[in-house]
Amino acid sequence: MRKIALMTGNEACAEAAIVAGMRFFAGYPITPSSEIAEVLSRRLPEVGGVFIQMEDEIASMGAIIGASLAGVKSMTATSGPGFSLMQENIGYASMAEVPVVVVDVQRGGPSTGLPTLPSQADVMQARWGTHGDHPVIAVAPATVQETYEWTIKAFNLSEKYRVPVILLMDEIVGHLNEKIVIPERSEIEIINRKLTTDPPEKYLPYKITEDDIPPIAHYGTGYRFNVTGLSHDESGFPTNDPVKIDALYRRINRKIERYKNEIISYKTELLDDAEVCLVTYGSTARSAKRAMYEARAAGIKVGLFQLYVIWPFPYEKLRELAVRIKKFIVPEMNLGQIAHEVECATRTEAIKVNRVDGSPVTPGEILEQIRHVSV
Amino acid sequence: MFPYKKYLRLDKFPHIWCTGCGCGIVMKAMLRAIDRAGIQKDDVAIVSGIGCSSRTPGYLDFNTLHTHHGRAIAFATGLKLAKPRLKVIVVTGDGDATAIGGNHFIHAARRNLDMTVLLYNNHIYGMTGGQVSPTTPFGKKASTAPYGSTEPDFDISNLAIAAGAAFVARSTCYHATQLDKLIEKALLKKGFALIEVLTQCPTYYGRPNRLGSAVDMLKYYKENSIPVETARKLSPEEIKGKITIGVLHDIERPEFCEEYQKLVDRVRIKNE
Repeated sequence: MRKIALMTGNEACAEAAIVAGMRFFAGYPITPSSEIAEVLSRRLPEVGGVFIQMEDEIASMGAIIGASLAGVKSMTATSGPGFSLMQENIGYASMAEVPVVVVDVQRGGPSTGLPTLPSQADVMQARWGTHGDHPVIAVAPATVQETYEWTIKAFNLSEKYRVPVILLMDEIVGHLNEKIVIPERSEIEIINRKLTTDPPEKYLPYKITEDDIPPIAHYGTGYRFNVTGLSHDESGFPTNDPVKIDALYRRINRKIERYKNEIISYKTELLDDAEVCLVTYGSTARSAKRAMYEARAAGIKVGLFQLYVIWPFPYEKLRELAVRIKKFIVPEMNLGQIAHEVECATRTEAIKVNRVDGSPVTPGEILEQIRHVSV
Repeated sequence: MFPYKKYLRLDKFPHIWCTGCGCGIVMKAMLRAIDRAGIQKDDVAIVSGIGCSSRTPGYLDFNTLHTHHGRAIAFATGLKLAKPRLKVIVVTGDGDATAIGGNHFIHAARRNLDMTVLLYNNHIYGMTGGQVSPTTPFGKKASTAPYGSTEPDFDISNLAIAAGAAFVARSTCYHATQLDKLIEKALLKKGFALIEVLTQCPTYYGRPNRLGSAVDMLKYYKENSIPVETARKLSPEEIKGKITIGVLHDIERPEFCEEYQKLVDRVRIKNE
């Protein structure tokens, strides 16, 4: 039976991670994400999992990679300053293709920034925070319900594509207490990483397969393979061979690019006859939705495009919409990080509604811009 | 002759280490120790960071994980906790473990997490070309200390003891037959075990400091090392400049994996 509960986004994230099969959490305290660690320090021993508070965020990220390589679904949670520290090992997980989930409950920055005040300023850090060419999947829930669902989906995406997945929450979603309907287990799809069927002597941890996603083996199961952050060949050992290096970088990027239409996820509302489109994500989507309804009541044709998956970004879909949409409005709790991507996609100037003062973008501010462009 | 080939990935040779480097001596001692301790290859995970020492796992036929600079112990912590039956060995260097990785090093010792840390201390950053390290002795030259280092150096073994390690031993590349016995003891110890091995780097440490060839550096280790049992009978003045070798510290402390498992059992019983 479905259960109805009242919980915060941070609690929903922790509970959903356990449902997804996460049994190893390593983290370091930071507001506004700490409740995720607190809940898991209590819950993981109950389900036979491991919780450890590490000495810093770099170590937390290293520990979850180590645990994932041993075959245990793993997660960490942090906020902007800690997310900065994690970038080094997020790069490692991208390079070594280790499935892990990194939760970033965003607050303002740069630097220590705005503790316990909301922000969406890590959208670009999620995409470009670490060096080198690598793919990224980042998802952003707007409600506690969506946090529950997208935490599970974050694990599924991570397991399916062997990549670190960033769950971009924000302080509002993290600390908001609201009603949530917990689905039955039978309704929840859980995806586990594809394991190799090759015998140990033939196993190649980075085998070039037709689907571009090499099957995985776990440490301690008779497969004595090597994992490194250096550019490597199919066998997992460092290489300086230009042909092999090129093949590696192109494959790890291609494995997200070729499946992007399966990964990309968004919700549209009232877009069919819309002349104005609100492109929105995270808790700002709540304000955008309210503004849309008020504008509709005033007879303005406005619709909503809510991103669930931010990276990879739905450039093609927005480009299609740009044929008939007159104006795109992008409300964000930053100075226009996604607005820029919308402009790239639509080849038009987006109307930005930004707040960087630790306050949410209000429906009134969005409505004002809707009225302004609809005159 | 010990059957080293049983444990080597022969297709990965020749190795990248310089002529006269001590890394191979430590690696071979580790293989003898693993063999004597009777640990199966599938049950060993070797984790390293970045540096000359950290290239060791690539040559060895175990579960091997080559990570970021300084982070080997952090990765190893997750690996060990996720699969406690694995014998986890961290291979690291003085810069890797005590500069960039210093925080992970002291906290793993504090937790007393069951792992063996084999630390090759050559007093220099070898792989990047001879820069000063936290263990470069005061006054010694390096490519970033051309006038001699003006910083005091870390006593790594004492650092580990102070942080809470259950087992700490020191040896040198000259004392290779003692070294494998110490590593074997460390492998059999339940808890955080550190073996600090003084390792000659004739290329980047020996050359700027006019310490001679690798053989000369090994002779130095021979002539300046004293067993810890002897050192304990001598005054601080008498042991100044000497290398104290042997088992420096061996105590019983609650081990992290076991303590965590007890906690899980307690919580689960309560909930059933």
